[in-house]
Amino acid sequence: MSASDITQYFDYIFMAMLLCIGIAVIRLRNLFAVVMLTGAYSLISAAWFVSLDAVDVGFTEAAVGAGISTVLLLGAMLLTSREADKTSLGRHAAAAVVTIAAGAGLFYALGDMPVYGDAASPANTGVGMEYVDLTAEQIVIPNVVTAVLASYRGFDTMGEVFVVFAAGLGVALLIGLGGSKREED
Amino acid sequence: MMSPHVILRVVAKVLIPLIIVYGFYVHFHGEYSPGGGFQAGVVLASAIILYALIFGLDEARKVFPPYWARVGMALGGFIYASVGFVSLIMGGKFLEYTVFHPDVAHGTGQHIGIIAVEVGVLTTVTCVMIAIFYAFAGRTPEISDEDW
Repeated sequence: MSASDITQYFDYIFMAMLLCIGIAVIRLRNLFAVVMLTGAYSLISAAWFVSLDAVDVGFTEAAVGAGISTVLLLGAMLLTSREADKTSLGRHAAAAVVTIAAGAGLFYALGDMPVYGDAASPANTGVGMEYVDLTAEQIVIPNVVTAVLASYRGFDTMGEVFVVFAAGLGVALLIGLGGSKREED
Repeated sequence: MMSPHVILRVVAKVLIPLIIVYGFYVHFHGEYSPGGGFQAGVVLASAIILYALIFGLDEARKVFPPYWARVGMALGGFIYASVGFVSLIMGGKFLEYTVFHPDVAHGTGQHIGIIAVEVGVLTTVTCVMIAIFYAFAGRTPEISDEDW
């Protein structure tokens, strides 16, 4: 058994842990515990991304998902209540219908997915391979992710920066920037 | 209000400079290792947020005024777009970095362009994260330890 065969069992373990945390988040009523478990979910996702060799994504997930999001969710939780309200059975049933329908759709689409690590999959044969081949000669930096993000797809990244700006602006418009101590008084 | 937790304060004072240095490392080393403006921005913002969590929001506002966050949010996007317009003026296409330096074989122009746009990304991400944190934290009443 080669090394690459062994790492897939890490993936299974991480996915099982994510499933357990997901179930725990649904079952719990204490919002503080839910927020903390969401942070743990992000951290395990980050570990999983590293196991999948997507180190840049894992880094982002650990910093944004497990770090900043947890703090922001805690702040949002303090503005509401510490406990979740009980939901009626009817709403549970409606959510179950949506979840089962979406899940069934995803399982149906699974047949069209390329095999994990397939060298002939669209992601590995199209323009992606070109970026990997040409980065060393055109951009002359070792990190292909940075080359694609900042140079080949620089225009997209500019859009992303404006999206982040728009997100900040949206929060500012909704609840104010909290600049002065009692801005809304 | 000064936090009564001595250990937290001491540990935070040691950690925050390291977090900031690490943030800049992630930023300027983004061409060679995982990371870049987005991740570095979040790491830098987390340093300020940690400071606010330990020493209180008012102290954090003295260190990083909300006004900076408001200006920085827009400034980062402006820096990014400016790099594109400078490359236009220098005779290239929008965001074509090769025009910044004649040494195409070593990709010097690309390096300059990537670092410049990443500075824009870093500024926007840091300031937006801090601004959102200020927006949420500014509305939360001070809570005592017993409330948890």
